[in-house]
Amino acid sequence: MSSTTEDQGELINQHRPKGDWVQPDSNEPTKREFIHLLAAGTAAAAGAGIVIPLVSQLAPDAAVRALAQKEVSVAGVEPGQAVKTIWQGKPVFIRRLTEDEQATDDGVAMATLKDAQARNDNIGTADATLENRIQQGGFVVVLGVCTHLGCVPLGTETGENRGDFGGWFCPCHGSHYDSLGRIRKGPAPTNLPVPPLEFLSETNIRLG
Amino acid sequence: MSHQSTYNPQTGVEKWVDERLPIVRLGYDSFVDFPTPKNLNYWYTFGGILAICLMVQIVSGVVLAMHYTAHVDYAFLSVEHIMRDVNYGWLMRYTHANGASMFFIAVYAHIARGFYYGSYKAPREILWILGVVIFLLMMATAFMGYVLPWGQMSFWGATVITSLFSAIPVIGDPIKTLLWGGFSVDNPTLNRFYALHYLLPFLIAGAVILHIWALHVPGNNNPSGVDVKDVKKDTLPFHPYYTVKDGFAIVVFLLLFAAFVFYMPNALGHPDNYIEADPLVTPAHIVPEWYFLPFYAILRAIDFNFLFIDSKLGGVIAMFGSILIWFVVPWLDRSKVRSMRYRPIAKQFFWALMVAFFGLGWLGAQPAEGIYVVFAKILTLYYFAYFLVILPVLSVTEKPLPLPKSIADAVLSDKAKKGKAKSPAPITAGGAQPAPAE
Amino acid sequence: MMKKLLTAAALAAAILPGAASAAGVAKEPKSKEWYWDGPFGHYDRDSLQRGFQVYREVCAACHSMKLIAFRHLGDPAGPFYLEECPVELGLPDSTDCSDPAQNPIVKSLAAEYTITDGPDEAGDMFERPGLPADYLPSPYANVQQAASANGGAYPPDMSLLVKARVNGANYIYSLLTGYPEKDLKTIEVPGGQYYNPYYPGDTLSLMKPEYIDENGEIIEDAVRAAEDPKYVSSDGHIYGGAFKMKSPLTDGIVTYEDGTEETIEQYAKDVVSYLAWAAEPKLDERKGMGTFVMAYLFIFAGITYASYRQIWSSANIEH
Repeated sequence: MSSTTEDQGELINQHRPKGDWVQPDSNEPTKREFIHLLAAGTAAAAGAGIVIPLVSQLAPDAAVRALAQKEVSVAGVEPGQAVKTIWQGKPVFIRRLTEDEQATDDGVAMATLKDAQARNDNIGTADATLENRIQQGGFVVVLGVCTHLGCVPLGTETGENRGDFGGWFCPCHGSHYDSLGRIRKGPAPTNLPVPPLEFLSETNIRLG
Repeated sequence: MSHQSTYNPQTGVEKWVDERLPIVRLGYDSFVDFPTPKNLNYWYTFGGILAICLMVQIVSGVVLAMHYTAHVDYAFLSVEHIMRDVNYGWLMRYTHANGASMFFIAVYAHIARGFYYGSYKAPREILWILGVVIFLLMMATAFMGYVLPWGQMSFWGATVITSLFSAIPVIGDPIKTLLWGGFSVDNPTLNRFYALHYLLPFLIAGAVILHIWALHVPGNNNPSGVDVKDVKKDTLPFHPYYTVKDGFAIVVFLLLFAAFVFYMPNALGHPDNYIEADPLVTPAHIVPEWYFLPFYAILRAIDFNFLFIDSKLGGVIAMFGSILIWFVVPWLDRSKVRSMRYRPIAKQFFWALMVAFFGLGWLGAQPAEGIYVVFAKILTLYYFAYFLVILPVLSVTEKPLPLPKSIADAVLSDKAKKGKAKSPAPITAGGAQPAPAE
Repeated sequence: MMKKLLTAAALAAAILPGAASAAGVAKEPKSKEWYWDGPFGHYDRDSLQRGFQVYREVCAACHSMKLIAFRHLGDPAGPFYLEECPVELGLPDSTDCSDPAQNPIVKSLAAEYTITDGPDEAGDMFERPGLPADYLPSPYANVQQAASANGGAYPPDMSLLVKARVNGANYIYSLLTGYPEKDLKTIEVPGGQYYNPYYPGDTLSLMKPEYIDENGEIIEDAVRAAEDPKYVSSDGHIYGGAFKMKSPLTDGIVTYEDGTEETIEQYAKDVVSYLAWAAEPKLDERKGMGTFVMAYLFIFAGITYASYRQIWSSANIEH
């Protein structure tokens, strides 16, 4: 340390940064430099920490999450009937198949299907057979969103066009689904997916 | 202090960019190798703190805007939805609400620093004027933001403040209706305030860029108020010396900020704003946010007619005038000496101004009756006298103390004083021997 | 000069508060140390549950809590939060009881309420049992109905009451426990109204004529002679005012199942606890995060300061 102004000026001049303020004559990080790196690292970690709330606020909030699951009663649905409900903002079709319909669906060879995958969230990869698509009590539960471009297929309400295969028919671009929700004809690439669900009782289904 | 660029592009890419858009050079010259007086104290860290405040407000505000609904039927509910259901929504809202207060704490410190060290004087007049513009934009933004939660104070604050415009003769009432978009503060008012509350911060950001630009032409003022004479002796490069100093000050400031957000998030707010707006019931005491209180006290201090100006208009003129007068301070204070350190008389009046300003702030929260009004009048009178009479007169009459020859000299004499006060013991071999001021 | 100014300011501050004390002063609320105060204080689940019971059985007859959904009761820090499903219920493994929407207590609690929903296919509103996502039903259909059923005064919504009143927790506690046991001697309270020393009202209009002189001023000596001093303010006025809520709590009005004493004080404490939670449900989360953030910033400040001293030592300037 110096005592005159001139010396001080010199000293400051020596320590003026030359592009990088780490002293150029040493390549090894010294104890002196470590504290600066630590300060910069702490600042960077704080910045990264702030990102957590900023991103997670974008995720569904508690009010939305509270509606992630829905319980549906199917007490009044007889074989041959179908109902429509809304779950997570999307339509869900619930159809109770008759014995005849089940027999017809069971008789379809996998090779003739356009999409032979079960598309069932409750089981892993499997064939789109009757038992892999149907629930207990003869219920078929599928998401009512056409896998082509997202229209809602017809066929749930009585009197609506159920398509060539007795299931659902999408009026937008003419996709035909059978009563298990499997795509049989038209531009849609895959079967209507079966959402995650659980039978809480014989007549009560929890979606989600 | 004309400053030659010292940026030296190293790689081919840097050179290629520099020849087309010298933005790296701009940043380098502004925040890395920018020669900065070496005697800046902590009062000079508020500029950096304010930049952080603006960023915090914009980021948290954009997040809140994603969840807020600007409709009189839903605004209050959507704010509570943010508080209760949105992930970390309470954190965003408390940060934004307290962030406004922190912003004003920092800006008042920044402005007071400017007044004390004469930062408004030549050649920094435009820098100063831009600062006043930023402050006015901040006030408008804060006021409109406070309306958005649509609580009782939001609604009645909006009603009272927009009614100020009705004081303008002839066109006052039409202007008020124009501001409201209706016959009272209602849904159209809320919607336009939301739109403007989102817009103004970006105007502030623009004005801040100009403010920094205007700073980097003449360079920083400093506590001694003398100009930089020798860049080598008088200045230090901004980085790392002032980045680290500002950085430290910012972290300390964030500690204060966090203490409010996490431990007393509603301490600076008003309970009435947790009651949904009700156009039929006025709260017992309408009080603006704390940062508006001094100006609110000035507004209420004018309860008398003056010539052809009635008390209502007079109050409005006084209130706006108390800020607008800052625009012309560089021309009211003609003293050649910048820093109050070397102006013994002006310094006393400056501190009296600080007392008056805090006093007005306190009075602004009291009911406008009895002796409070008398005190508010006295302090308002002093406030205006400081700018209109005291500073101009002292510019001529005051005999300043001898100025240091240079910033380096000022630093050394400071050290000498400090050394004497702190350690009368003999200085050890390693210690710095204080040099005489001369 | 500086000193003179400060002295003047201090003097002014000492004189001024006297100027404001006019008629109509509410008694300063009892200052209670609430257990959730302080940097590490958090809500007590048992007290919140009891408080919810008091709200449900007493307050809910008149006061709504529109911002509270049943699912909120099962949020972390809420009265009925469950970390894990109780084994005795035998719920399927897929049930996550920490999710408020699946919490069995919340579900059965919600189901005890009847919610009006609709319209159905026929366009009619229908009633169904409540679900966790439903909000607590209000006792009245609208403000007007609430006001006309309560003598013209609207019982305020309680969701935010603790934050919507100055010193809210203490104020509500004081109000609930502050009703006088017998009528005051010096005031005449109109029918349908009830006196409380903590209520911010005005007692001057209630004074019996013998305590008022011909100028309409209080006869201070007579008031002090007649009245219990705890109801008399420093300038001889009677504290508080009268309003439309009669004392809602009596000893034993709510039966606690956990053996906690059934007194007005305990009820008030529990219901204030519950209302504080309702007004600020994220308090536990906030303070928990605060501890971490403050510790981090302290360390960060220390490191930055060390870095700052290191860098500035080369400049040979002390600041």
